[in-house]
Amino acid sequence: MNENLQTWVRSGKPWIWLNAGMASAAIIMVVGLLLYIAVRGLSHFWPDPVVRFEYAEADGKLSKVLGEIVETETLSAARLRAIGMTPPPGETRVQRVLIKTANRDLTGADFQWFLRHNVRNEEHPEGVLELEREEWGNFIGFPLALKENGKVVERGSALKSGLAARLQRRAAIKAEIRDIEKDRIGAVNHRLEQMRRQERKAEAGGMLDAEARAAFDEERKSLDRQYAALTGQLGKFYADIRRDSLLMKTVDGTEVDIPFEKIVRAYEPNAMGPFDRLVFFFGKFREFVADDPREANTEGGIHPAIFGTVLMVIIMAVMVTPFGVMAAVYLSEYAKQGPLTRMIRIAVNNLAGVPSVVYGVFGLGFFVYFLGGSIDELFYPEALPAPTFGTPGLLWSSLTLALLTVPVVIVATEESLSRIPKTIREGSLALGATKAETLWRTVLPMATPGMMTGVILAIARAAGEVAPLMLVGVVKLAPSLPLDGNAPFLHLDRKFMHLGFHIYDVGFQSPNVEAARPLVYATAFLLVLVIVVLNLTAIRIRNRLREKYNAAES
Amino acid sequence: MQLRAEDAVLTDSSENWPRHAAGGAPTHAVEPAAMQSFADETPDDTRPCLTVEQLNLCYGPKQALRSIDMDIPEKRVTAYIGPSGCGKSTLLRCFNRMNDLYDNVRVEGSIALHGQNIYDKSVNVADLRRRVGMVFQKPNPFPKSIYENVAYGLRLQGINKRRILDRVIERSLKSAALWDEVKDRLHDNALGLSGGQQQRLVIARAIAIEPEVLLLDEPCSALDPISTLKIEELIYELKSNYTIIIVTHNMQQAARVSDYTAFMYLGSLVEFGPTRRIFTNPKEKQTEDYITGRYG
Repeated sequence: MNENLQTWVRSGKPWIWLNAGMASAAIIMVVGLLLYIAVRGLSHFWPDPVVRFEYAEADGKLSKVLGEIVETETLSAARLRAIGMTPPPGETRVQRVLIKTANRDLTGADFQWFLRHNVRNEEHPEGVLELEREEWGNFIGFPLALKENGKVVERGSALKSGLAARLQRRAAIKAEIRDIEKDRIGAVNHRLEQMRRQERKAEAGGMLDAEARAAFDEERKSLDRQYAALTGQLGKFYADIRRDSLLMKTVDGTEVDIPFEKIVRAYEPNAMGPFDRLVFFFGKFREFVADDPREANTEGGIHPAIFGTVLMVIIMAVMVTPFGVMAAVYLSEYAKQGPLTRMIRIAVNNLAGVPSVVYGVFGLGFFVYFLGGSIDELFYPEALPAPTFGTPGLLWSSLTLALLTVPVVIVATEESLSRIPKTIREGSLALGATKAETLWRTVLPMATPGMMTGVILAIARAAGEVAPLMLVGVVKLAPSLPLDGNAPFLHLDRKFMHLGFHIYDVGFQSPNVEAARPLVYATAFLLVLVIVVLNLTAIRIRNRLREKYNAAES
Repeated sequence: MQLRAEDAVLTDSSENWPRHAAGGAPTHAVEPAAMQSFADETPDDTRPCLTVEQLNLCYGPKQALRSIDMDIPEKRVTAYIGPSGCGKSTLLRCFNRMNDLYDNVRVEGSIALHGQNIYDKSVNVADLRRRVGMVFQKPNPFPKSIYENVAYGLRLQGINKRRILDRVIERSLKSAALWDEVKDRLHDNALGLSGGQQQRLVIARAIAIEPEVLLLDEPCSALDPISTLKIEELIYELKSNYTIIIVTHNMQQAARVSDYTAFMYLGSLVEFGPTRRIFTNPKEKQTEDYITGRYG
């Protein structure tokens, strides 16, 4: 027996089992993490049915409740008492349910806990309408009538088709309003600001004579006229959109008049079939990916955050690649190998281990205040004291992350340079190439797959970094994207939104915890998705290069 | 297979050498009379291409070449033989200053290419290497297309015109006896070729820039007998246009392809003369011992 065990141990099998176990644990963790995030995040977009029940309060009164069941949990009676609820006498384990009752504007909270024990007459009522609003969260109730300019126009069965038509009308007007507010007025404002700066510059340089002043005034007048015309249009659209309203009744009989202007979406959660639910799910998901956030980031989409993350990472990669590659080429090809190069290598490797928030502090001090401040004084004196580059922004964030990831690129590039066979270099030199020509024509192309590996690692690291960004450019809510239709199109000085920071913000800074929680998961899921997409793109590029120069790997 | 091929060539010896070259290019057949003249003691039937004078080379404290003196004749094949570590490859790499790549190499003495010292300060090393091409032990094509491999040296010289490139590449590949095998896949990756084809491609790449001298550093040691045979035929054809210097471990190969043979031992040049005389009537005892296989 003992001998058997010994042979078994000596055969190495336990070791193999241990290794296999660790490998599977790693896989299970990765898959489990992704699944958990995906399920918790994506279920937020799925329309849950609405229940109505009567709830026996502590004093014996019955109150009516209408809402979605969000969560059910079982607690001990003692714990329940500790959080201020009265458990039913004689029970030790108590079930309680979290109901999304919505209607925050009426009740003050849109989530509420109820003891399962006190729930009576639970049912799924017909005709419930849930409204997604621009303010105050959702509204759950029963529709009574459609109003136009305050007068009831439709009631009862005709209401449903009228509702759909009016929602469409609202969406069309809303699109017009957004077009005017965001793009056209934005362009006028941009031009006005530009002119203000030009004028100040001219003034400072003593070039502002009467003629120039007249020209400026002329253009300003024309812009003001444009602005007035646009606001006029806008007022008309606003009047239009405010025409309709919907009269709703809550479960306890209160009647509320909700203007269509504020209704984003209306649906009957209890009347939807599986297909409708699926359409709704994808509609919500699309909104999440493509729309701007609303209500302190707890509603709407996270499009600016996705956009900001991707743009920042791309700019970072564009900056870090040449910088890291050039440093690595010098270190491994030109520098005399000795104690100094060894020290530089050690320094570079240690740089990779510096906590990222330290880079944030450095970026704020050096890039933002010193570099940015100097740039402002030299190139944008007319805008001062308002800073242009002397404030956290996209450029400084990308630069800080480039600094953070440059060791990865240097190490990977050096590695791949050293893997190129000496015979290839000699072959090129023997044909009369100088060292530089050999480097450019043969060695560097062959080393590109290795460099790309470094860039992939850099992207993976940079996309997940939040701490330094909070110091050098990320904000909770950016008024405009860093890429738009106004020259110079790419605004490196603007602040931007970032998925990682968005998770932090929604998760910890949000006033509405229950509403924010699923969004944290959904945003985390999208962050992972964005990183995966970025990485896959880089890996595809690398594999294509590797195919081309497969000798470097053999 | 290997034995048979080697044996056949071995028994043929140098007089019959044109026989198997005849398949490739009958125009270059060497008549036995010419071979006889190599028996002559002074190798001066052509003017010297490279003149080595008092060449000493040290890797750090270790001396690898000791006072080498020799004239390498133009448009002939000169072979270096000798045991491993005797300095043949080091000497070969002196001819295109490949040894410059190592930090701790010190060279004394001179090597003159057509009378000009290549170790002179005024010499541009890249230019020198353009005039003295080199083929290495292991085939080292670049991971590019066959076409781009051959075009590499030309593009370095700024020749980018498609018409010229096409013409030179075809000519070079034909000279390297590779054209027929690759003409339909010039734009495929060169790494897809067999070892022998790769070595011929490397030779084509070297002769595309029309060097004056071609250095071959054990060009067949990584190849099978058939490919070896093809390379040897190629060397035979190329010598009408190029001065060829070949380092080889294989004495039969030296006997088959070269007009002159130099035997080196422990960094010194022991004996240098026409191949036929070295192999049939060596003057030095060491040479005879090596050739007859008593040591090395």
